[in-house]
This record gives sequence, structure tokens and C-alpha cells, in this order.
Amino acid sequence: MAEQTATAAQPAPAAPPAEPHTRRRVDGAWFRRNGVYLGLVVLVVVNLVITPHFASTGSLRLQLVQVAPIIVVSLGMAMVIGTGGIDLSVGAVMAMTAAVIPLYIGYGTFGAIAAGLIAGLLSGALAGSVISRVGVQPIIATLAIMVGLRGLANITGGQIKSIRDPGFRELGSGDVLGIPWVVLVAVVVTLVVWGLMTRTTFGRQLVAIGGNARASTLAGLPVKRVLTTVYVLSGLLAALAGALLVARNQASDPTRLGQLVELTAITAVVVGGTPLTGGQVRVLGTVAGALLMQLITFTLVAHNITDSVAQMVQAVIVILAVYAQVGTRMRRRSRA
Amino acid sequence: MPHPTAAAPGRAPEPPDSSGPLLTVRGVTKSFSGVHALRGVDFTLEPGSIHALVGENGAGKSTFIKVLTGVHAADSGEVRFLGEPVAFTRPADAQNAGISTIYQEINLVPLLTVAQNIYLGREPRRFGLVDTRGLNRQAAALVERLGIDVDVRAELGSLGLGVQQMVALARAVSIDARVVIMDEPTSSLEVREVETLFGVARTLAGSGVGLVFVSHRLDELWALCDTVTVLRDGRVVHTGAMAALDRVGLVSLMLGRDASDVRAAGTTDFGESHAHGDAPLLSVSGVEVPNRLHGVGLTARPGEVVGLGGLLGSGRSETLKAIYGDLSTTSADVEIQGQRVRPGSVSRALRAGIALLSEDRKAEGIIPEMSVRDNIALAVLPRMSRGGLVSDARIDALVEVFMRRLKIKASSPQQKVRELSGGNQQKVLLARWLATEPKVFLLDEPTRGIDVGAKREVQGLIDELAGQGLAVVLVSSEMDELVEGSDRVVVLHDGAVSGELDGDRLTSADLLTALAGGIPSDAGTAAGAERSDRG
Amino acid sequence: MSTVSATPQAAGTTVSTRRLHMVQRVQRQGALVVLVLLCAVASFQFDSFASGPNVRSIGLQASFLAVIALGMTFVIFTGGIDLSVGSVFALGGVLAAWASQYGTVAAVLVPLAVCGAIGLVQGLVIARGRLAPFIVTLAGLLFARGLLLFISDEGSTVYKVPADSGFRELAQGSLLGVGYPIWMVVILYGIGALVLHRTSYGPTVLAIGGQEDAADLMGLPVVSTKVVTYVASSLLAGFAGVLIASYTSSGVPIIGVGTELQAISAVVLGGTLLAGGAGTVFGTLVGVLLLQVIANVINQVGSLNSNWQDMVSGAILLAVVVLQRYLAGTARR
Repeated sequence: MAEQTATAAQPAPAAPPAEPHTRRRVDGAWFRRNGVYLGLVVLVVVNLVITPHFASTGSLRLQLVQVAPIIVVSLGMAMVIGTGGIDLSVGAVMAMTAAVIPLYIGYGTFGAIAAGLIAGLLSGALAGSVISRVGVQPIIATLAIMVGLRGLANITGGQIKSIRDPGFRELGSGDVLGIPWVVLVAVVVTLVVWGLMTRTTFGRQLVAIGGNARASTLAGLPVKRVLTTVYVLSGLLAALAGALLVARNQASDPTRLGQLVELTAITAVVVGGTPLTGGQVRVLGTVAGALLMQLITFTLVAHNITDSVAQMVQAVIVILAVYAQVGTRMRRRSRA
Repeated sequence: MPHPTAAAPGRAPEPPDSSGPLLTVRGVTKSFSGVHALRGVDFTLEPGSIHALVGENGAGKSTFIKVLTGVHAADSGEVRFLGEPVAFTRPADAQNAGISTIYQEINLVPLLTVAQNIYLGREPRRFGLVDTRGLNRQAAALVERLGIDVDVRAELGSLGLGVQQMVALARAVSIDARVVIMDEPTSSLEVREVETLFGVARTLAGSGVGLVFVSHRLDELWALCDTVTVLRDGRVVHTGAMAALDRVGLVSLMLGRDASDVRAAGTTDFGESHAHGDAPLLSVSGVEVPNRLHGVGLTARPGEVVGLGGLLGSGRSETLKAIYGDLSTTSADVEIQGQRVRPGSVSRALRAGIALLSEDRKAEGIIPEMSVRDNIALAVLPRMSRGGLVSDARIDALVEVFMRRLKIKASSPQQKVRELSGGNQQKVLLARWLATEPKVFLLDEPTRGIDVGAKREVQGLIDELAGQGLAVVLVSSEMDELVEGSDRVVVLHDGAVSGELDGDRLTSADLLTALAGGIPSDAGTAAGAERSDRG
Repeated sequence: MSTVSATPQAAGTTVSTRRLHMVQRVQRQGALVVLVLLCAVASFQFDSFASGPNVRSIGLQASFLAVIALGMTFVIFTGGIDLSVGSVFALGGVLAAWASQYGTVAAVLVPLAVCGAIGLVQGLVIARGRLAPFIVTLAGLLFARGLLLFISDEGSTVYKVPADSGFRELAQGSLLGVGYPIWMVVILYGIGALVLHRTSYGPTVLAIGGQEDAADLMGLPVVSTKVVTYVASSLLAGFAGVLIASYTSSGVPIIGVGTELQAISAVVLGGTLLAGGAGTVFGTLVGVLLLQVIANVINQVGSLNSNWQDMVSGAILLAVVVLQRYLAGTARR
């Protein structure tokens, strides 16, 4: 009986100290969750004050068109990171799409885009199966695919080719009701991914696997299938982003397209509040993260600060964002 | 000194320079976010003594060792080493002061040589570079002194685990440790290796070093140790000469049951048996897992609660995981209502109607960042959705039913599971498994680490489930729970079934004897009547 | 009772140890065997392969990667990864070419100082801040590229090493008919092996990669060792940049893209486990040579360019990692 009273005593003192911690946790989590929106608002206000013509339709439109493909890639990346993985191959997949499109432009706009998407799907399937079935670390598997695929893209694509297909021209520069097609695609993708994450079995299983892979296995979830699918989706979305960029540039340039996009995407996801350790996917946060990074670059460039400096600033922001995350995690662990 | 017991009898030869005990621990407490792991532990280690530290899971052994070695800082109390109060903040500090620890998992570098491992971080130098020859010479001299037969230039990974463990010991010696803590050093060794390791340990003790020895192989305690301290629920419940205790006595101290205790009715919330029918619902036989399970088998009828007893390391959890298809087996025969379930797949087991509530709630149970609702629905998502689209209405209905039925206390179904108390987390997991509508429910320590209220509710639920015709297999370290909750108890020892208790023979006393390794010869035999005194 | 259980345990242990040995042998010597076979086939197939100029060119080409891969080897020993080496390599080259106008010493020291500083920051953030090495060094990659573009006017300026500068000698000169870069590789790998086997740093690095907690419990200086490792990796990548600037007499901003993968491939091919804790310096050298010979053979085959090399090295890395996983799987069971 002694041990029963003993165990009974345990939770009682545990409860009161849990209270103030809960408070603080809400604060930390609040910043992690909403900091990106706050940053976005602040930056918009700052630009309204200091940047001439910032609020003009032309400028706004340009910003959105530029960020749209980044949003599309970042959403794929967000899902991958939600499982606790990473996909470094997205930039190379974009380049591959750019290489494939001119080859199949003869089959029409949709034929060419479909061919590009299939390339992304295959690359994602390769990454996904090597990671989920063989158990290779995601960084290494996708790094290998990144370099290999970029080589392949350069071989098949070669130099810059201009695309004269009217469908691509419409996709790249046309609009419906004043909204550019490219932006519309990004909005649709956002809605679809949001639906996937909130409304489907797949979305919940994905988040569960990222949150606790071992428990998910024991709960009978199809862990390998979900993981493979996630990388396939990431490949598909990267390919779609590649197609959007080709359309926007009216040209395909496999050598340059998508350089370092993987890092931009990871930054958008992390800044958007999705933890690198997985278990959560913040779809709107990711979109906001992409917008924020775009706006930072724009602000710097608009005030005659060069791309190179903007790049360095981005590097610092990545580290700070991850640092903030690890900080919260450590505090949480030290309480546990 | 409040405990007059710690003076090592017999074995300790007079150490050269010491007048008092090596380690004196007084009233050490330690708690983790309000949960007490240690509650005023007193402990004394004499020079030349080999001191056994025993206790079941959660008794506080490992926390205590971590306090001694500087991994954790004590909340209060005092640790004196060689008479001086100490408070180590890093393992390195403890090590440099002369307290070395050898862990169950060998903490050495397999691709380095034996000699490199022994002197890692303290290599002898010549002209600023590591003097390999000198290193090997010193190491060879050391291992010879300790009676270890090994080529010090051999790569550590190429040697047997026993030798590796002895190298770890040699490393401890090489840094002039006065205290060596051995935390389950023998759990992966073979008999001969254990013998050699013990030889080295005795040599060490002979030179005045004090050893703390942790093992769940009880035989070893009498073979090696002179003194024993038993921990339970973070308290020292006994300290004394090893030889003064027998197996049953020791086990009863560990489990907190007196061997002469009679069955105490009413401490748990279990009701009467619901078992009916003769055909087993679950029948398991010939479960083989290399090194862990050797032909384990059991059956459970509808409505029957079958207890699975055994001490730490006897293979209880492994048995459940093997049945559930989570642990790969070399052979296993699992049948549900006479239908064979092919082993090795969790989803097949789930589909056949088996559910497993895992012992490790945190690592294998909850998804901490997900809501109560999503945690409950996790295993039945496909059933709650059409064409891949989740029906929130159906999930809400399901979740509501279970939250009410199990009295889960959460601010809302949307609350994150990690914010709940242990008891409510456990109920969420029970709900997750009940939602799968299992026929067989495997429960691994379902009431560990939860408060008494929740505990009674869980026990009542187990009863209720049996009443509904489920077959339940219950693993518990608590004697009361096992004796009162089960209709029958299968006892495991070292990965094999060593006995079975039912009906009149299912008493705390008989179970105690069975757990200690003996099988009560007759129904109703009073425990302790045939204790085999050893040592 | 423990007697009964101990016997099968023992049997299991010996079998798995034996299998582990076989696996280790494949892992350690596999690349060497393939290298020898490939060289034999190639010299049989292509007359020019075994010719003096071709061998010298393979050696020179390999030397830059070899220097980078040496640093990567130690990083991977600790269980980490350094994705910034390609950018740091390029940065080192541009800095060296820029600084060569102030003399040879400046051309060597300026890049080393800057690259070393980058490595120091990365190491501190990884070891002290406990951030994942891949994200830190990925940011480092971006930062180094940004800095490189900044000092080369957004990549439009290619600094030239003055024609009369002694700095050119560093990589263009030769001793006994063998180019200085190759001598430097020999010296650096010698130092690398010495450090690995004859200082406490070497075993510590392996201990950290094998089991960081264990290294901590053994009282080893985990944080400082990791910092030193990342600094060394950046220094070596920067030094490779210095060499290439001297060799090409210019600082080309666009080099080094994908070099991190080649370095990782070389290390893994050389038998170092990606999970850390095991491997040899010599193996990495073999891995570098193997990659370079493959590239050379691709060139011999026909009009194939460096893109083929990228593709092949990506494929090789993937294949080797998959193989490692399978071997590790067999070793465990």
C-alpha cells in the first residue's frame, strides 16, 4: 500500500508548477507562430514610409509574381520538413523541368508542362523510396539527387532557349480579372496543400509521423507510403514552380534556374514557424515566410543594396530563425 | 551515521590510506518537474566493498547514479567523496575526481585500439605527439595487472562484448578511480565473460577501490557483492549485508511486498473474473527472438485477463511486441480465434484485432504536438474518412464518446496532448486503441506513472473490457495489480515461461516466489517455506 | 538461469562480429579495388589514359578536391556535414586572386583568415548552439557565395593574378616533375593521418561521431573539438581556393558549385560511415582519385562535359549510400 500512496503523491506537486510554465509556453509559441505575420506587417509599414511607389499596383504585382513560384516550392518543402526530413533537390528539379519543357513543347503547353511534372514526380519517387525504404538520411539522398539531376538537366537542356509558345506566354504574363495566372496558381496550390494538411488522412498521418515516427508505426500508419508520397509531392510542386518560372521568363535556362532555391524554400518554411524537427506543417505561415523573405530582398534592393548583401542577410535570418526554434525546444525539454 | 549496516563484512581487506568511507550520501532528493525521483537517499560506500544497488524500473537507481556522477545535480542533500562535500556538474568532473562509471552500453570507440580507448584524452606524449609505443606498453601492463587477456593493439570493435566491458573497466582504473560504478555491465555478456569481469572487479576491490554494482541478474549479486542497498520509489528501503538476504527476501523488498503478506483485497479496482468458454481467443506459442525470447507461449480466453509477470529484463514487453508484430521474430505462432496471424507486421496484427498499449508513453505512444482528438483518431483514420478525406463529424462523434467514457480531462478535444497529465495521456492512448475495436488488448504497464485516481479508473476499465469479452494480456510490475487484476499469471524468467499461477495459487506470496525464480511446488504452498539460502 | 540465456547470446554475438568484419573490409577496401580495376581497364581501353601528361593532369585535378575532402573527412568523422565547402572554396579563390596584388603572403593569408572565420562561426553555432550542421552550413554556403559576389561586383569582376607574381608558382611550379599541389596533398594527408592517429584530437573526433553522449561522459572536450573540425574544414576549402587561384592565375566566382557533394562522395567512397565514428584519411584520397579517374574516363569516352561528371557522381553517391545501408543492415542482424 505504501507504494500506492507514494505514487499518489507524485502528480499532486506536479500540477501547480505546470501552470506558470503553460503561460510562458503560450508566449514563446505565440511568437514562433505569429512572428512571421508580425514581421510582414512591420516590413510593409516600413516600406510604405520609406520606399517610393511601394504601394503602386505595378510594384505589388511584380512582388507577387516573383514570389509565386517560391511559394509553390516552399509548400512542398513544408510538407517534407513536417515529416522531419529535408529536400535539397527542389532547385535541381526546377532546372530539370526547364530542360524538359522545350523538348516537349511540340505537344502543346499542357503536354510540355505534363512532361516537366513527370520529371519532378520521378525524381521525388526516387528520393522518397531511397529515404523511406532504404533508410538513407534525407539530406544525403536529396543532395545526391540535386547534383545528379542538375547535371542531367544541363545535359538535356543546355543553354538558354526562348519559349515562344502562346500558352506559356499567357501563363507567364497574362491574368484573369487582374490577377496574374502565376499568382493564381500559387493561390490554388496553397489551398490544395492546406486542404491536404487539414482535411485528409494523408495530412494527419504526415504530421503524426513527423511528430513521433515510432508511435505512428505502432499505430499501424503506412509510414513508408506516406514518406514516399511526401517527396513525390515536393518533386511535383518543384516541377510546377519550374514551369511557372519558364513561363514568366518566356525562356528555359536550366543552368541558372532554381539555383539555391532549396535554401530560400527552407528559409520560408522555418521563418513561417514550421519546426525543422517535424511534427507540424504551417501552410499559411510558409506562405507568409516566403512573402517576408521576398519583401526583405525587395527592400534591400530597392534601397540600392546589392543581391549579394541580400543573400548574406538571408543566411543570417535562416540561422536566427532556426536558433529561435531550438531555443524554444530546449526550454521545453529542460522542463520535461 | 544513521546506518550502521554499510561496513563491508569479510571481503574488504584493509585499504592503504583511507580511514573513512569513500562515498557518503545523506538525504539526497531529486525531482523532475515535480515528480520525485529520489526522496532522501542515504548511501555509504566503504573502500574495498562491492555494493549492490537494486530496484525495479523507476525505483530511482539510474537517477541516483546520475547524481553521483554529475549528470544531474541533487535538489537537496549532501554527497561526500573521501570526506569532502562534492557537487559535480559534469561527468568529466566526477571522473577527474575519481568516480568512474561503466555503462551497460559500452561507451567506448569501437574503431580505436584497446590501448587508445583506455587512454583516450590522456595519451602519453613524446615530442608533442602521442607516443604509440609507450601507450601500448602502459596499456599492456595495466591489463596484465588486472588479469585481462587481450592484445592492446587490437581494434576494440573486433573483440567480444565481455572484453570490451573489461576494457571499460581498465579505463576506469587507469584514471585512478577510487569509486567505480558499474551500471548493468553484464547484461550482454556470456557466462565466462561475466566470470572474468567479476575477477577484475574483485582485484579492484582488493586494492581498496569501492564498487557500486547494478544488475538485474539477481544471481550475480550474491556472487560478487558484499553489501546491498535496495531502492524503491526513490527511497532506500533496505541496506545491509548481501549474505543476510535470500532471493525471496530481496525480491519482496524490491517489489514492496512482504513475503508473508496475505492477499490484500480492495487495494485495486478490479472486479471478479469474466472469463468464459474454453476456446482461447488469443493463442501464442513458440515465440523466438534471438537473445531475448526463447519459445514463449500463452493463451487468453474471451473475457480473461492474463497477467504476464517477471522481473526487469525477463522479456515481458518483448513478448507483447512480438505478438503485436513489432519485434521481428525468428519464429512465432500467433492465432486469433484459431486464425493464424502472420508475424512481423503491425498492420496485420491490428487488422486481426490486436492492440498494444506500449509501456513507453512518451516515445511510443503520444504524438505530443497533436491534439487529443487527432491522437485518439490516429489508428482509425482510414475508417473515419472517405476517399482520403477525413470526416470531422465522424471523428468528433468518436472522440466525444471516448472522452466521456474514459473521463478524459482536457480543456477541449483540440488541446495538445503534451499539455495533459500522465493519467489523461494514458487514457487518450487507451481510447486510441479501443477505437480500433480490438479483440485482444495487450497492456504494458498501463498504470505506471499516473495518479491514483486515474489508476483506479484504468483498472476499472480493464475489468469492463474483459466483461465485454475482450482477451486482455496485462504486464505490470505492481504485485497487487497483477494478482488482483489477472485471472491467471504467466511468469517469465530470462525470456522463457518459467511458470503459471491461477486459482488459489494466484497469491502475492506465490507470485513472489515465482518471480524470484522458483516455482511453488504445490497449490497453497506458503512462500518462504522453501527458500534456498545462498551466499 | 542466466547460464541458459547466455549461451545463445554468445553465439549471436560472434556471428554478428564476424559479419561486421566482412562488411568493414568491403567498406574500407572496396573503393581501392574498384580504382585499381578501373585504371587497368581504362589503360587497356584508351592508349592515352596511362600516358604521363594524362596521369599528371588527373593528379593535379584531383589535388584541389583532395584538399577539400580532407576537411570533410574529419567533419563526417564527427557525424556532421559541411555543405559550405564549395562556396568557401570559390571565396578562397577570389580572395586569393584579389589579394595577390599585395604579394604572395597576402594571397595566402587573406583567404585563410576569412574562410577560417566563417568556419569558426559555423563551428560555434553548431557545437555551442546545438543547431543541425546541415542547416548551419547551408546558410554558410549562402553567406560565402554572397560575400564572394559582393567582393567581385556581383560576379562581374574576375580578379587576375599579376603576371609577375610569385603567387603563381604555388600551384604551377613543380618539384621532381611533380606539381606543387600534389606535394601539398601528400603533406596535408600525412598531417591528417598523423593527427588522426597520433594526437588525442583524432580519437576524440571518432568518439564524438561514434556516440556523442559517450564522448561527453568520457570527459572529452566535445565542443572545442567540433569547433576545431569546422574551422579546419573551412581552412582547407579556402586553401584549395588559394591553390586554384594560383593554378588558373585568376579568381573565378562561379567555381565550386556542387563541390560539397563531390567531397562528400569522395569521403563516403573511401569507406567513411556517413553516420560518423569510422573511416580513414587514406580512404578519402582513394575516393577522390576514383572520382577523378571516372571523370577522366568520361572525358576519354567522347565529348562529354562536366555535367556528366555531376550526374555520375550523384548516382555514385546514392548507390554507395544505399549499399552502406544494406551492409549495415546485414551487420546488425
